[in-house]
Order: sequence, then C-alpha cells, then structure tokens
Amino acid sequence: MAQIRIENVRKDFGAFTAVQSSSFTIEDGEFFMLLGPSGCGKTTTLRMMAGLELPTRGEIYIDGEEVGQKPASQRDIAFVFQMFALYPHMNVRGNISYPLKSQGMKSADIKNKVGEVAEILGITNILDRPVGGLSGGDRQRVALGRAIVRDPKAFFMDEPLGALDAEFREHMAEELRALHDRMGATTVYVTHDQLEAMQMGDKIVVMNHGVVEQFGVPQDIYDWPATRFVAEFIGSPPMNFLEFEGMIGTGGTEVRLNDVPMEVPQSREGANGKLTFGVRPEHVGFDDDAPYRGRVTATEYLGTTQIVTFDTPNGLLKARVPSHEVVTNGQLIGLRFDPRTITLFDKQHGKALRSQGNEGVLGHG
Amino acid sequence: MSFSVTEPNKGTKWFAGVLVVGYALVTIAPLLWIIATGFKSPADSIAYPPKVVFEPSMEGYVNLFTERTRATEDMLEAAGEPETWYEEIARDQGTVISGPSRYGERFLNSVVIGFGSTALCMILGTAAAYAFSRFRVPLKDDLLFFILSTRMMPPIAVAIPIFLMFRNLGLNDTHLGMILLYTGVNLSLSVWLLKGFIDEIPIEYEEAALIDGYTRFQAFYKVVLPQAATGIASTAIFCLIFAWNEYAFAVLLTSGTAQTAPPFIPTIIGVGGKDWPAVAAGATIFLVPVMVFTILLRKHLLRGITFGAVRK
Repeated sequence: MAQIRIENVRKDFGAFTAVQSSSFTIEDGEFFMLLGPSGCGKTTTLRMMAGLELPTRGEIYIDGEEVGQKPASQRDIAFVFQMFALYPHMNVRGNISYPLKSQGMKSADIKNKVGEVAEILGITNILDRPVGGLSGGDRQRVALGRAIVRDPKAFFMDEPLGALDAEFREHMAEELRALHDRMGATTVYVTHDQLEAMQMGDKIVVMNHGVVEQFGVPQDIYDWPATRFVAEFIGSPPMNFLEFEGMIGTGGTEVRLNDVPMEVPQSREGANGKLTFGVRPEHVGFDDDAPYRGRVTATEYLGTTQIVTFDTPNGLLKARVPSHEVVTNGQLIGLRFDPRTITLFDKQHGKALRSQGNEGVLGHG
Repeated sequence: MSFSVTEPNKGTKWFAGVLVVGYALVTIAPLLWIIATGFKSPADSIAYPPKVVFEPSMEGYVNLFTERTRATEDMLEAAGEPETWYEEIARDQGTVISGPSRYGERFLNSVVIGFGSTALCMILGTAAAYAFSRFRVPLKDDLLFFILSTRMMPPIAVAIPIFLMFRNLGLNDTHLGMILLYTGVNLSLSVWLLKGFIDEIPIEYEEAALIDGYTRFQAFYKVVLPQAATGIASTAIFCLIFAWNEYAFAVLLTSGTAQTAPPFIPTIIGVGGKDWPAVAAGATIFLVPVMVFTILLRKHLLRGITFGAVRK
C-alpha cells in the first residue's frame, strides 16, 4: 500500500493538452475520486498514474519512488477497466490467476491465492466458467479479483460501475467500498457521477478542461466550492447563482442584492464589480417577511422534498423545500438564504472569494 | 395465423432452398466430372456422347504416378507375370512401368511453396497489421494505400520484371524464390484483412496484460494472438488458395526442381493428347489439401466473414 503524489503533471496529445499541470497527493489507504465531466482529463490522469500513458512533463511518485516514465508492468499496481477487459479466451480462474503467472508463482500457491480471493468476492462457484456468459456483476467481481489477487501497491479504477445498470450500481458501489475498507488499499477511482464520488470517496479531485479545480473531502467540496464550475457540477440541482453588480470589502459581511442587504460569511478579500451570489437550493427558505422575493415558475415533487423554481430579480433560483409547503405557480414568495452557507464568486474568473466560511478549505487546485 | 416480420414464410424458405441447392449443383458439377473422369478409361473419357455410367478403372491414377515404356509382345512375355495390380494395368495397355513419375515431387513442391508462403505471410502480416493497428506509424494511411496498390494490377503484368530480377538473383526455379514471390503477392491482402481483425480487438485487453506484469510482446503473443485466431485462420485460407492455385508465375519461373503441380498437371496428357483420366486424377489429388485445410478451418472462416458485422 502506498502514498501517491502527482506533481505538475502535464499531458499533450499533439496540439491538444489533456492535462495541464496537475498536482495532488493521495494518502496511503485513501479511497480517492477523480471527478469531472467527459474530456476533463481525469481518465488521462489515471492512465498516467498506471503507466498506460507517459506524462509529457511532471513527476508521479508511488510509495516515494518516481515512476513517471516506467512501464505499467513495473509499477505494481492494478487497474479495473470500464468494460472490465476480462481475457475472453480464459475462464474465470485463468483471468484471476493471470497476474500471478507473470510473477512466476508456483501453481499450487496460485490455486490457494485464487481460492482466497474468490472467497472474499463470493465467486467460488463460477471459477471454472468461461467469462463470456457471466452477468455484469460477476464480470465486475472477476475484474476486481484479478486486481486484488496480487496485493498491489494501489488500485486504479476507470468508471468501473459505468457498464452496470442503475439498480445494480448501487449494490456494487457498496460492495466496492466495503472491499476497500476491508483491504485498506489506496484506491483511485475515476467517475463522472458526482453522487458516486461523494458517496464512496474519502477525497475528491474535481477536474475540468485538464485543470484541477478543487481537491478535498466531499463535504468541503460540496459546502465550499472553489469555483463556479465545482458549484455547478456537484449537487443536484446545482448551486444557484444570482448575478449582481456590487462590492464587498475585506472583512465585509454584507452584499446588496437588488438593493436588499444580504448577510454573508465574513470576507477575507475585497471585490468590486460583477459578482455571483451562490446559494445551495436546500439553504433557501420561505419567509413572508423577507424583502427579497421571487415568483414561482415551476415545482417538481420528489417525495419528501420538492424543488421550487423561482424567477428572481437576479435570475432563476431553485429551492429545495419540504413537500408539505403548498406553493402554486405565479405565487410571489419571500426568500431567505442561510447566511452561513453563502459563497461569493468573482464572475469573470469564476473563482470563489475567500471568506470565513471557506478559508480552511480552498486551495485553487 | 401468426405473422412475423423476420421469419420467412414456408414458400420463401422452399424457394431459397431450391436456389441454394441449384447453385451448389452448378458449382459442384465440374468438380464431380473431374473426379469421375479420373476413374474412366482413356476411351471412355473422350467418348461421345459423354458417359455418365462407366466401368471404373484405375488406369488414370497408374498413369499419373508412373513412367511407362511401350513394349513389344516378346518383351511383355519375357517380363513374366505382373507382380502388382498396377503393373497389370500397365501391361494391359501394352506398356511396362519404368519408374515413378514426377507428380509426387511436383505435388510436394506445391505443398512446400503453398504452405511455406502462407506461413510466412501470416507471420509478417500479423506483425505488420498489429503495428498499423496499434502504433502511431508515420504516414500510416499512405503506407496502407501503397501496400494495397500492389494488388491494383494483375500479377502477371509484372511478370517480366520479376523474371529478370529472379534471374539476376539466382531465384529462378527455387523454392525460396516461389515462397518469397507468393508471400509478396499475398502480403497486402493479409495485412489489410488482419488489420481489420486486430482493430476489432479492444486495446484494453493488452493494457490489462501490461498492468498484470507482462511485456508488450507477451501481451501481443498471449492476449492478442488468441483473439485474432479467427482472422488469422480465414486470412490463411485465402493466402493458401491463391498460392496453391497460382499458375502464371509458376509456368514462367519454374521448370524443374521447384515446379509446382499446376504447370505440371497439363503435361501429363502425353504425346497422344488423350490421357485425360491421368490429368483428372492429378487434378483430383491436387484438390485434396486445400479442401482439407478449408474444412478444418471452416468454422473460423464463416465467423471470419461475418466478423465485425454485429456489434457484440
């Protein structure tokens, strides 16, 4: 098991830059999520860690050793592919024992080890079956078996649940997380599904256009997004952005939104001009006395909660409120925002302004 | 009555069946005629109207495999009783067997050259196709077009330059020369076909093998090759059929040691020009290896032809 450190890693494919100067550290035993939309460079980053791509520049340390230009076969890591990539010409046992064969292990030892792993994954009964006819879940388990069988320094997984149907994903996600907790192995997991990332990850790196947008524990990233991109990408519905023109000084605790004063966490930097007021839907409350008002344009019923869409002087806003609140389209409702949760963004760069709330969390990549 | 869009009805099936059987008969009839002719006597083989029912004779096969000399009555008597069945057949024609014919040698040449060039073609073709499929080869598209362009004219169009080259290199009438020539002609086909097959194999299999601690070559050898077996088998059949049946180059470039069966078989007909059964016997035996090879690999061939047609 090992710590993995990425320093200023860059990858160019011809004129296209897939990853620009990424740096982050994955601690020993962490379940680490690389999250981002398609084409953001997360898979390329993972493949560079695994040795399937070589970085154009920068260093990759696994267990303190610089491996950036080493081939995959010498890095002692395991990789679970999205389509599992089980060797079709071998049966389940053949697939799981294949990494051990390359190490020249004795066949009796291989047999024991494979049996052990099959036991952990609950696939003892299918060991002698060909991989062709297996269900998605069993393929997934065989792919995991092939990964864990030789106790590698780290596991890399490229959207391993992407090929499963929704119902089964949930189940496999739990199984994966349980397996990780049991083995305590450093795991790097690529996904574009923010829920999956928050549900399973100890830490998350959010990437966009080859750049690390934010890096931290799921709750910090959710509560205190470093950029508008992160605020929008994480959370469903995403954070609301109310655009306004105004200013806030260092130490300021208030902005004026459509001439209504709004309390915000104490600012650590001043800003002036086009700003964005960011508030999560669940931090919007109804208050008949509130001076800031919005007109209801739509409601979505979600069981215990409902999402109400408002037209406000600063743009559309969604609120997550209990289902028992009765609202009708066209109604004008006073809105109150939880002042402890507000993030202000500089509109031009999309970066969050430092404040009392997020100062411990932010590191802009 | 139920109606299905995809399942043809009874009449359509029957009609399709008749068409297939009819076509099969048309294609197989000449083959059957050749096989039958091999067992006819020379007189029956040129009889008019043609004989469908005849008395089978091994004369054709005996004549194919032996050299005979015409003998006078006295000589035949002096030779005593024939010791074997084939000697008896020769005697009946008024000849004695003076030795084996060169058909065996020529047939062996065909086997060596046909299978040799096919094997070489598969080794080079698979390696080249893998490189074209997986690596960033400079000018890849131009190279592939260039390779294909060698098939854009009939091979015989380059016969004279090749003849001159072979003469200067001392490759005329050698096994090596014919193997190289057939490999060269077939290589473009095999590179193109095999590239298609290898393109269809997801690269993740190799990456998985790399991660599992194998080298690139081991990944190719242990993971890609078994996956490409279908493609290799069907490509090998195409290559073998070409090399086996090739006539024009063989006539031009071989005459003795390396002569293959196709240019040799017509010469069996002899001075009188009436020994058709021996020619037919030669052709029949000549058919066997390709037929066996194709039957052995036919499962792969069918899968190969439809490969990639369905997304799995």
